[in-house]
Amino acid sequence: MTNLENYNKAFMESFNVSEEELEKLEYQSVKGWDSIGHMLLISTLETAFGIMMETDDLIDFSSYKKGKEILFKYSITV
Amino acid sequence: MKIFSNLIDFKNNIAVITDDNQKITYDELLFLTDNLHSKINHRCLIFILSENSIGSLIGYVSFLRNGIVPLMLDKNINIDLLMNLINIYKPDYIYAPKYGSTLESLQYTTYYDNNNYILIQINYETSFPLYDDLALLLTTSGSTGSPKLVRLSYKNIFSNTQAIISYLDLTNNERPITTLPMYYTYGLSIINTHLTVGATILLTQRTLIEKEFWNFFKSSEATSFGGVPFTYEMLKRLRFFTMNLPSLKTMTQAGGKLSFDLTKEFVEFSIKKNVKFFVMYGQTEATARMSYLDPKYSFSKCGSMGKAIPRGKFKLIDEEGNVISTSDTIGELVYKGDNVSLGYAECGEDLIKEDENKGILVTGDMARRDEDGFYYITGRKKRFIKIFGNRINLDEIEQLIKTIVIECACIGNDDKLIIYLISNEKEEQVKKLLFDKLLLHTASVEIKIIDSIQKNESGKVLYNSL
Repeated sequence: MTNLENYNKAFMESFNVSEEELEKLEYQSVKGWDSIGHMLLISTLETAFGIMMETDDLIDFSSYKKGKEILFKYSITV
Repeated sequence: MKIFSNLIDFKNNIAVITDDNQKITYDELLFLTDNLHSKINHRCLIFILSENSIGSLIGYVSFLRNGIVPLMLDKNINIDLLMNLINIYKPDYIYAPKYGSTLESLQYTTYYDNNNYILIQINYETSFPLYDDLALLLTTSGSTGSPKLVRLSYKNIFSNTQAIISYLDLTNNERPITTLPMYYTYGLSIINTHLTVGATILLTQRTLIEKEFWNFFKSSEATSFGGVPFTYEMLKRLRFFTMNLPSLKTMTQAGGKLSFDLTKEFVEFSIKKNVKFFVMYGQTEATARMSYLDPKYSFSKCGSMGKAIPRGKFKLIDEEGNVISTSDTIGELVYKGDNVSLGYAECGEDLIKEDENKGILVTGDMARRDEDGFYYITGRKKRFIKIFGNRINLDEIEQLIKTIVIECACIGNDDKLIIYLISNEKEEQVKKLLFDKLLLHTASVEIKIIDSIQKNESGKVLYNSL
């Protein structure tokens, strides 16, 4: 799987959303992305990409788009 | 004595600061609550669709001060569940956020509008009579949608509030930041206790995983917060131990048992940083709190839920109901105190019911007491689990799933629900149902497919065989 596919899959599985919804996805914009869903997403991404995110990045990870910027810091290009 | 009858003493103290820097004093809070009350002016039942905002707080305080009985609900409650509750209990009014609540999907006429909250009147020909000492209604299971409610009295709330203030040693210098919802008894107890001492509540709808929460925490110098086990798991994951939070003085934990290892980590942190860490135990059926572990013993009695709160008492009973007097023997935990709720309500006619519990609560939790009198929870008698702090009744889950499959059985432990099905045909639908109705994340649900679900002669599922 490509990085993008992995990235998308993490969102779709954590929040029960479809691929079409991803681009506009923000924290609390869908029912599944609450604090529990958030921790789920983070651990799925960390496992998928073999990284450990810093606190500042965990609490700044507020949208699908923003997440791509954050992963870039860990040398993951989505 | 009624809760909030002393708020008038605190005049120009700041009662609330919000994350968008709105401030209101106690005098202003009282003006706003009186104003809201003047629109209703009679004892009746009201639903509050709550959030951590000024409007929501005004409603709660106003109604409790003025003999109006609120049922506290989540502002995002599932629409079917809300309609069901309205039909069963026939409230006179609903008090809800102007924007962004479940109410938005309904047709209604606004009766009153202030502080981003609206009041709508519901016209039923008759409403149910309310028992004189009935003060507040809370759901038994957070969001799982059972219409069963806990009936709390003015005495319950007053008594529990006083006990908590006393053991946490609260003063008007406190600045607790909200981390729990207002429809949850633990969240409410933080509001009740801090308003009663004239402290300043830091109100935010932001959650721990948002940068804005921590900015608000630091800029407004929060002194305390409360959390359920999941909160503490998240905090660890957010590397809370390395954060610089000089204003923090107290952390409280309740809403389920924190794992021994995690408790130990937070105890060590609290000793190092000179923060008081209170492990506590309670239930909605006891207003909120039944026990706390004095931080003096947080290390030597790690894993314990401590001793009963001031003026409360515990005992352990065996299967025949006899009191267990020996130490380190497991029995069912029974609590006695003025904070034990009046009982449950399952229909509108129940709202007139008097005190059925008479101050005694058989908790359904199994516990042991050590030789120094400290209690430890060891398990549960009733068939429920806690998923991220929300109580989930396994029998209710089975009934819900059985609306789409013929056979199923549920077991589980805290933070994991295990569902047995006899065919994989509807696996996805079951997961979707649980997510849509109860917001149970797929990660907390495991589905297992087996050939058959074993039952005894009377048709009861043999859960031990699973």
